[in-house]
Amino acid sequence: MTAVPGSNARLVKRLLLAVTAMFGFGFAMVPLYNVFCDLTGLNGKVGGRVEAVQIEADLDRTVMIEFVANLNQTMPWEFRPEVSRMEVHPGKVYRTSFYAQNRTDRLMVGQAIPSVTPGAAAQHFKKTECFCFTEQQFAAGEGRDMPVMFMVDPELPDDVEVVTLSYTFFDKQKALN
Amino acid sequence: MSTATAHDTHHEHHPGGLLRWVFTTNHKDIGTLYLIFSLVMLFIGGAMAMVIRAELYQPGLQFVDPQFFNSMTTMHALIMVFGAIMPAFVGLANWLIPMMIGAPDMALPRMNNWSFWILPFAGLMLVSTLFMEGGAPAGGWTMYPPLVLQTGDAFPFLIFSVHLLGISSIMGAINIIVTIVNMRAPGMTLMKMPLFVWTWLITAYLLIAVMPVLAGAVTMLLTDRFFGTSFFSAAGGGDPVMFQHIFWFFGHPEVYIMILPAFGVVSQIIPTFARKRLFGYSSMVYATASIAFLSFIVWAHHMFTVGMPLTGELFFMYATMLIAVPTGVKVFNWVSTMWKGAMTFETPMLFALGFVVMFTIGGFSGLMLAITPIDFQYHDTYFVVAHFHYVLVTGSLFSLFAAAYYWLPKWTGNMYDEKLGKLHFWLSTIFVNILFFPQHFLGLAGMPRRIPDYSVQFAEFNQISSLGGFAFGLTQLLFVYIIWKTVRGGAKATDRVWEGAEGLEWTLSSPPPYHSFETAPEVK
Repeated sequence: MTAVPGSNARLVKRLLLAVTAMFGFGFAMVPLYNVFCDLTGLNGKVGGRVEAVQIEADLDRTVMIEFVANLNQTMPWEFRPEVSRMEVHPGKVYRTSFYAQNRTDRLMVGQAIPSVTPGAAAQHFKKTECFCFTEQQFAAGEGRDMPVMFMVDPELPDDVEVVTLSYTFFDKQKALN
Repeated sequence: MSTATAHDTHHEHHPGGLLRWVFTTNHKDIGTLYLIFSLVMLFIGGAMAMVIRAELYQPGLQFVDPQFFNSMTTMHALIMVFGAIMPAFVGLANWLIPMMIGAPDMALPRMNNWSFWILPFAGLMLVSTLFMEGGAPAGGWTMYPPLVLQTGDAFPFLIFSVHLLGISSIMGAINIIVTIVNMRAPGMTLMKMPLFVWTWLITAYLLIAVMPVLAGAVTMLLTDRFFGTSFFSAAGGGDPVMFQHIFWFFGHPEVYIMILPAFGVVSQIIPTFARKRLFGYSSMVYATASIAFLSFIVWAHHMFTVGMPLTGELFFMYATMLIAVPTGVKVFNWVSTMWKGAMTFETPMLFALGFVVMFTIGGFSGLMLAITPIDFQYHDTYFVVAHFHYVLVTGSLFSLFAAAYYWLPKWTGNMYDEKLGKLHFWLSTIFVNILFFPQHFLGLAGMPRRIPDYSVQFAEFNQISSLGGFAFGLTQLLFVYIIWKTVRGGAKATDRVWEGAEGLEWTLSSPPPYHSFETAPEVK
């Protein structure tokens, strides 16, 4: 049987279309992944600002919150939490702060990215105020305390006793260049 | 295999000498080119494995520095996967599919030429990274960011060679699908196709579905490094774990791309030497299709330890274990084919039997790894290394050896040396087990992969494994000698070659004419 040339060309076109579609699908996985993680709080991804609401604090339960501050690769800043750990009751709003200092002689803009472990606790860790919501501009040599207001949701799974909140500061200009 | 054309009865004008191979659009020539290319890459990748085993012969750092060691593991994997195993199966497809379905040639011969000739350049580009500032890629063949972004000058070359290798595979896959769909002889219905053709049809669809996804993922790496995007950089709101999801969405179907054609080869060989029809033909086809479908929904079992919710882990665990069902169907069908058959044990059959036994060992260790809590212990240990070498070396590579011995007499018109073939089988089988079996124990005891040094309690098993590795590597020189000898001459092969062989390719002369079926055969 000799092939009909037209049908070869049609099939090739369809297969090339499938190749292009799958190339696009690879990129479509990026927004899909982010939406999926935001919805489920997977991967330590924590949502943005939460409005402060009055709920009854669970004074019988105590959860240990640990604070970790990291700098990305070669970022020449100082960055540390005010306290490294804190005992909290679910349902109550607490305040702590992180200190950062720009140790260079030029103006820098940084962005802190939060992450919560264990992953199951991520969606129950609510921040009402955080320096990570906006980019932070530091003049040369400037240092300041930056506040975080947070609350642990009483629905936090019972087996979670320690929650770690970690921030990594990134050089925003470097990331964009 | 120039003898293939010495008997060419159709006196056509095609350039002689080297240019013939550059301009050829003939499926047999291109198949030969693919097979030679993959054999060369097998030895380049094999030499890297020898460096790895030499370094691991003793604890401590002996021969190479850790950065170079990591380059060796990374390059060994990339070369074996994209340079040796995949092109070898495409080479088999080129040689065999037109002959098996009664077609004169592949459907798109010019594209066929192009898809081969991209390969040597892509391979050269990949190998050239060894000589670049900052060394060859050393972050593992999985190219996880942020580590891979620290690769030196080699980085863009790594990305572009993966692009080119991907384009070559995609073009090969399109050609195979068009050939199978449009060029079958009258009467050759889909459910009469030989299983090798079936497995390749499904593999080609897998290639079209996932190679573009890999191309997308590595493109994102490239723009992250050079154009300021942050797909995988947390600084810009990206996520490095997302790369692992995209990569393994490609990566798991990829491992079936390397094993499904092997299933096809074994399904051709076992009936021939058992002198019985293949048991459960249609269940074989459906099992292949099921494996291909399942391969899309199990990717996260490669990354159980990144931190997933329990439901995710359970889903990927059960879905992965489900693959054992169609795979089991295949293994039982091969065994049932042999049941009460009049079996003889020529070299292709020995390699096919070795495949069935040792691939199944690799399948079982895969089942162990599928169990999430157990995977937490085995993840990134030598147990994983042992597992995937059992399925890729004693699986895919053994099926390629089997295929080479089975069809070499058809391709060249000469019988290979049966004594040497059997020697090659027994040496390979003994040494490959000495090489990889102890790695199970090393992994269970906690030895991590991709590390040039290790704690002294792992010394004995590593020494055994290295000795097996050197011997296995040397044994493969015998394979090259056997092929060389067969191409040069030997006892003349009959058209049917094997007493029990069934299928259209055996109705052609040995070696077959330059154009397989000028007039289409009638299939009853």
